[in-house]
Amino acid sequence: MKNKYSIFSLIKNAFSYHENWEKAWKDPEPKKEYDAVIVGGGGHGLATAYYLAKKHNMKNIAVVEKGWIGGGNTGRNTTIIRSNYLWDASAGLYDHALKIWEGLSQELNYNVMFSQRGVMNLAHNLQDVRDLKRRTHANRLNGIDAVYLNTEEVKKFCPIINTSQDIRYPVLGGTLQRRAGTARHDAVAWGYARGADEMGVDIIQNCEVKGIKRNGDTVEGIETTKGFIKTKKIGVVAAGHSSVIANMAGLKLPLESKPLQALVSEPVKPIIDTVVMSNAVHAYVSQSDKGELVIGAGTDDYVSYSQKGSHDIVEGTLNAILELYPIFSRIRMLRQWGGIVDICPDASPIISKTSIKGLYFNCGWGTGGFKATPGSGDLFAHTIANDEPHKLNAAFNINRFVSGDLVDEHGAAAVAH
Amino acid sequence: MFLINCPFCGEREQSEFKAGGEAHIVRPKQPTELSDDEWAEYLFMRKNIKGVQFERWNHVHGCRKWFNMVRDTSNDQIKAVYKMGEKPPVK
Repeated sequence: MKNKYSIFSLIKNAFSYHENWEKAWKDPEPKKEYDAVIVGGGGHGLATAYYLAKKHNMKNIAVVEKGWIGGGNTGRNTTIIRSNYLWDASAGLYDHALKIWEGLSQELNYNVMFSQRGVMNLAHNLQDVRDLKRRTHANRLNGIDAVYLNTEEVKKFCPIINTSQDIRYPVLGGTLQRRAGTARHDAVAWGYARGADEMGVDIIQNCEVKGIKRNGDTVEGIETTKGFIKTKKIGVVAAGHSSVIANMAGLKLPLESKPLQALVSEPVKPIIDTVVMSNAVHAYVSQSDKGELVIGAGTDDYVSYSQKGSHDIVEGTLNAILELYPIFSRIRMLRQWGGIVDICPDASPIISKTSIKGLYFNCGWGTGGFKATPGSGDLFAHTIANDEPHKLNAAFNINRFVSGDLVDEHGAAAVAH
Repeated sequence: MFLINCPFCGEREQSEFKAGGEAHIVRPKQPTELSDDEWAEYLFMRKNIKGVQFERWNHVHGCRKWFNMVRDTSNDQIKAVYKMGEKPPVK
């Protein structure tokens, strides 16, 4: 049993200069065999392991990660959480996640710094206005909080936005989801890792998957850089590298992996207390608790695994940011980075069984996976444990690309994620 | 970000180009006879290779012509460019 994190443990450890905190998770070598192995130690993978152990009583399981946990897209996203998606299937999926977020710090006994500061999506042309109003109504029919704001209300909610109607893409209105917000992305991975480890899950870092062993149409185990691991169930949550793992098993996925960039500024005093996203000009911004402006840019249009994006993408985003927030004109950028995102043709994820027995994929989250972390882990764990999808992820099966029953969120979601 | 040697215009910045995805996916000769699985394969399934990949590109802000490229997607190094209809110059 791990020591509970509390004000008292904080005071107690202060007396020993914080040098005697117990390790949040062990660093074991892999066993010969597990009941299930999760490939990918990001937020989604660790959450999957956590819920497999907690809700489905599968304790003899492992998470294998080629680098360190939370070092991929979990540590590279812009931490935005919202559930204001247009279609019923997406609304169900993302609001399931949002509801778990609301109690996650307490459940994990780990402060994920979930902050419901609201997410505002701006409209810059007449079609945006129509689309956002339609989405607001659709959200409310699905029980998701959403309001439409006119230009004055946008200005009132976030006073630093330039609402002049003379700019290239003037603000004509926007939507607001007040339950939406941000969370500390690293803490999500660490909290789930600590919780899973406590229930007996082996979290194995620096362990890259090199092959998937099959006997006909059934999986037998995985070849890794730390040797062969026997298992009957493999859950792949490898984000940008999903296709690489699929190719090892002789499967093809409807994915393209592309660089997505983000950047942060030098820390400044509190200036923006919400998240503002803008689809038409592709710019979104929020402020971290450290004071940095967190800015998300778009994806490049070519396949790349290089974790670097093109400079012109960043330039385009910053042009838009400066027109919308002239007050940021002299702020300096501190860091810029890229992550590799796996994008589905319909911009919706895949949480699904495959044609190979015992092989499951949770992928295709594209540019918007962070917000779904708890829900994705919960539903993927259900799918692996029962060999059947939960009703909330049934629509996100891989066969939708054969049947044509797509969940097209490309134009329908509030922003390009 | 990288430079691309357009087979028609010469070396230009990548931002002048649009990526057109995986190359050499053959359009079905008899679309009416395709099964749903074959349609899915043609329309949606992609190799999405980490390593050397064959791609189509369009010089949208230049000559607006399509051409093919061989590129290593793990480091964005271009191995070759060649015109539509030509055989790939590397394997």
